Amino acid sequence: MALATRTDKRADRKAGDPGGGRPGKRPSVLGTLWGSTVGKKAVMAVSGLVLLGYLVAHLLGNLKIFFGPGEFNEYGHWLRTMGEPVLHYEWALWIVRVGLLAAVILHGVCAYQLSRRDIAARPTSYVHKRRRASYATRTMRWGGIILALFIVWHLLDLTTLTVNENAQPGHPYENVVATFSTWYGNVIYITAMLALGMHIRHGFWSAAQTLGMGSATRDRVLKITANGLALVLTVGFISLPVGVMTGLVS
Amino acid sequence: MDDILPPTYTDYSTGEPLVDTKAPGGPVAERWDTRRFEAKLVNPANRRKHTVIVVGTGLAGGAAGATLAEQGYHVVQFCYQDSPRRAHSIAAQGGINAAKNYRNDGDSIHRLFYDTVKGGDFRARESNVHRLAQISVEIIDQCVAQGVPFAREYGGLLDTRSFGGVQVSRTFYARGQTGQQLLLGAYQALSRQIAAGTVEMHPRTEMLDLIVVDGRARGIVARDLISGKVSTYFADAVVLASGGYGNVFYLSTNAKNSNATAVWRAHRRGAHFANPCFTQIHPTCIPRSGDHQSKLTLMSESLRNDGRIWVPKAHGDTRPPAEIPEDERDYYLERIYPSFGNLVPRDIASRAAKNVCDEGRGVGPGGQGVYLDFADAIRRLGRKAVEEKYGNLFEMYERITAEDPYQVPMRIYPAIHYTMGGLWVDYDLQTTVPGLFAIGEANFSDHGANRLGASALMQGLADGYFVLPSTINDYLARNPHQDTVDDSHPAVAEAVAETEDRLRLLLAVDGDRTPDSFHREIGELLWEHCGMARSEVGLRKALDRIPQIREEFWSRIKVPGTGEEFNQSLEKANRIVDYLELAELMCLDALHRAESCGGHFREESQTEGGEAERHDEAFSYAAAWEFTATGTAPVLHKEDLVFEYVHPTQRSYA
Amino acid sequence: MRLTLRVWRQSAADATGAMVTYDIDGISEDMSFLEMLDSLNEQLILEGDDPVAFDHDCREGICGACGVVINGDAHGPERTTTCQLHMRHFSDGDTIDVEPWRAGAFPVVKDLVVDRSAFDRIIGAGGYISAPTGSAPEAHATPVPKADADFAFEHAECIGCGACVAACPNGSAMLFTSAKVNHLNVLPQGAPERETRVLDMVATMDEEGFGGCTLTGECATACPKGIPLPSITAMNKEWLRATRKVAR
Repeated sequence: MALATRTDKRADRKAGDPGGGRPGKRPSVLGTLWGSTVGKKAVMAVSGLVLLGYLVAHLLGNLKIFFGPGEFNEYGHWLRTMGEPVLHYEWALWIVRVGLLAAVILHGVCAYQLSRRDIAARPTSYVHKRRRASYATRTMRWGGIILALFIVWHLLDLTTLTVNENAQPGHPYENVVATFSTWYGNVIYITAMLALGMHIRHGFWSAAQTLGMGSATRDRVLKITANGLALVLTVGFISLPVGVMTGLVS
Repeated sequence: MDDILPPTYTDYSTGEPLVDTKAPGGPVAERWDTRRFEAKLVNPANRRKHTVIVVGTGLAGGAAGATLAEQGYHVVQFCYQDSPRRAHSIAAQGGINAAKNYRNDGDSIHRLFYDTVKGGDFRARESNVHRLAQISVEIIDQCVAQGVPFAREYGGLLDTRSFGGVQVSRTFYARGQTGQQLLLGAYQALSRQIAAGTVEMHPRTEMLDLIVVDGRARGIVARDLISGKVSTYFADAVVLASGGYGNVFYLSTNAKNSNATAVWRAHRRGAHFANPCFTQIHPTCIPRSGDHQSKLTLMSESLRNDGRIWVPKAHGDTRPPAEIPEDERDYYLERIYPSFGNLVPRDIASRAAKNVCDEGRGVGPGGQGVYLDFADAIRRLGRKAVEEKYGNLFEMYERITAEDPYQVPMRIYPAIHYTMGGLWVDYDLQTTVPGLFAIGEANFSDHGANRLGASALMQGLADGYFVLPSTINDYLARNPHQDTVDDSHPAVAEAVAETEDRLRLLLAVDGDRTPDSFHREIGELLWEHCGMARSEVGLRKALDRIPQIREEFWSRIKVPGTGEEFNQSLEKANRIVDYLELAELMCLDALHRAESCGGHFREESQTEGGEAERHDEAFSYAAAWEFTATGTAPVLHKEDLVFEYVHPTQRSYA
Repeated sequence: MRLTLRVWRQSAADATGAMVTYDIDGISEDMSFLEMLDSLNEQLILEGDDPVAFDHDCREGICGACGVVINGDAHGPERTTTCQLHMRHFSDGDTIDVEPWRAGAFPVVKDLVVDRSAFDRIIGAGGYISAPTGSAPEAHATPVPKADADFAFEHAECIGCGACVAACPNGSAMLFTSAKVNHLNVLPQGAPERETRVLDMVATMDEEGFGGCTLTGECATACPKGIPLPSITAMNKEWLRATRKVAR
């Protein structure tokens, strides 16, 4: 005869701990997600995929630059009138902006917290160093920081036009050309896009694993998709400065 | 030769015969039920007031600790490893026997009982063995419920295979890692109790003495291996599940740190030690590669299901195996034992290997090896099927020897593997010290003079999950209110002082020899004279030499460091102190048992064909030794063995 | 062969350690790495030095006790345990760096010995099936498809050595935890505790101070038992499923 000897470990756990909470109270999905390394990774994966989806749309819009100022500027204007007449002027754009901001913040905060934790979990490094993991894997953190800084510059450059010397509000085509007519504009942009490629290459595959969607049979497909996405987005975005530099876009 | 009687030696005296007072009478199949019914029970509400110490976390200890805690007892458990999951049961490869008869091949509880008594060469108790066979079926149920991933057929049902010494397929397995999977099952059950607070686990803590107060086992003295602190722990009963003593041979298949200290210290405190000379030599180990060898690695006996053992017919044939034609090979097991062939019991397979090597037909470095050849099996079943069955063993072999067994036959040689002897226990698994229980390999109970393959796991789990948790109730129920003891009790103070003095002395000698050098020396001496074949002359030599080694040990041992720190040299040296006494008792036991039986082969007692010859009229008993003092003649107590169901015959596997 | 060893020496948990250089001769290529350390220790004892402390027990690659980082690799250059690594994988004159597992959750006890008890606590949090002795139904009552049994076995092979944590740049125990979660969660016997098991084990893993997983794959490369990286993916899936099911 066996007596019940299993204690309710959830009840023992300290309040505020992952999955914990007061005895008898079921933890919330968000609380559990936020309280766990696995959950935070899932948050990063989802927010990352949202941003990735945005980037694909962003790229498609950007490519319109090759069809001349008329079409590109019209597209720029449409972004503001999108959703009308249901939505007021610029509302849809602001909804997208808020969504993107939330995704960036969630992605960044999780990355920061997990990185802090990871560094603390390996306080002493090995005396005998050796090269570990792939380049894309190792550059996730640095790449992420580069991308965060880039986003700030990118917004100041082409959204608020604060740092774009020759900017004219309402003329996105001309503003883009202005940016890529400076050497530093090209350097910053191309560096960031290379970092983006690396980031997507490991990030997309990693997100699939984190969300439990990878498997031994699916692994090849996922890796090819990750590499493909990274390549298409990097080349696609870089085609803009290259277009300006070669005079294709002017 | 039938008139051989044990010679009267002055090395020991004979005391009162020992009687197992707990064993019930009646039909053998009903005895376990009878005993369980007669045993007193402890009220569930009172169980938590009882503390039980369990030493060791292998199959027996892990299972017992978990089960006692599930029943409501407060368990305090110890292991010297850093985690209970590392106990050496984990290394058992082949499988676990159970009389499930899933194969419909004529198996039954009675047949498992019969095979085990016969396999043990009629030196085990019928009552115990029958109980073991009965419980075997429950073990499989229990382990499957725990999630042990046994091998399965495509239909989802459990697969079985055959094993040495039997003609039915009753061995359940998890590739070549059955011990690991069963141990993890027990460890997980134990972990659940540790997390629940019902088991107080002390890893990296080694038992160094038993505390006996007013004739009852009441606790242990143990050393925290990290801090070096020697502490006492008290309980209402103490269970030793500390494994066997095979490491006395230095080279064995045991884990490096497996040791005899817990059982030997208990023996010194009054627990009789039974049949110490019954040691099992496993036929299929990887031969040693040089003097640096620190341990021997076993290749599962299951390999003998498909591998064929042979040596060249010619003496000193040094050709590579592939160049020796079929008709110049001697498949000696198939030749001598046509009906069992390569599946004869371990003792017979080992001795046959020794014989062909002694004849000068051994292979490999030093001629200390025989071939185990899978060429036929690969031809018959295909490489893939062989890989499925034995892949991990083949890999392990290749890693160690740098030879590919798919291409070249394996080389194997016997090595010390298991010890059938151990602390004497009654039907309740209680030693001669009231309140002290011994389970698993630490006791002597079920295997007689030879253990069948895949039976150690069965016995360890039977003792731990089912037997001890039932029988210990009886002891605790009959002794409900023991006085509390603490460090101030003279018996406790004495045990602690003795332990601390011994450690201090070991550190103080500061001689010129390392602990390992002594361990090797005693091991080689035992292997030579108390190994696969024993003779009066050899045993006498060993008995003369052991006290000298002991003396040298205490004048030349060098243990660096202090006792108040993590000191692995001190741990080793302290274990050797006990080996140096145990070795003497093993030789004495081997000397007094002037018959051959099971793993104990006395050269003086063999048939004309060179097979072991038992002498039932003189030796049909378990020899339980009582400790007197170091180097002083012990007292022999005989427990007569009665065979009502399986009548002793000369074992024949021909 | 003759070797130069640089070994991490640290007299106690709270002491500062350093790499110490030793020259050692007469090493046979048939020796295991631990036998090589044995022979160094025999030499040290006779010279009156403190021998190098290292964990080891079965020396057959199954108990999981041994494990050191050799030239930056957990368990050394071969995919096996340190006890099953043989000196034939090194050459005469080599310099070999030997360090303990490094992770915040595995503090050094002495020299090359670390405290891995955090693993035991992860198992205690749910790495079991609650089946008190005596309560089991007949073994054949629940057939298990062979594929599931094999999947369970592959994950149950984990020996708890900690090489995954040692190799992971984040000191993460995801591979260890996922091996046990997958072993038990795929079996019908493990189904009743499927959700609580993964949630509790992951929560304990986090509490013990292991890092998170960034899927570098170092763990699976170092694992002597070949627990695959998709094991972590499968656990992530279990965890998310359990979060949805158990949580509000």
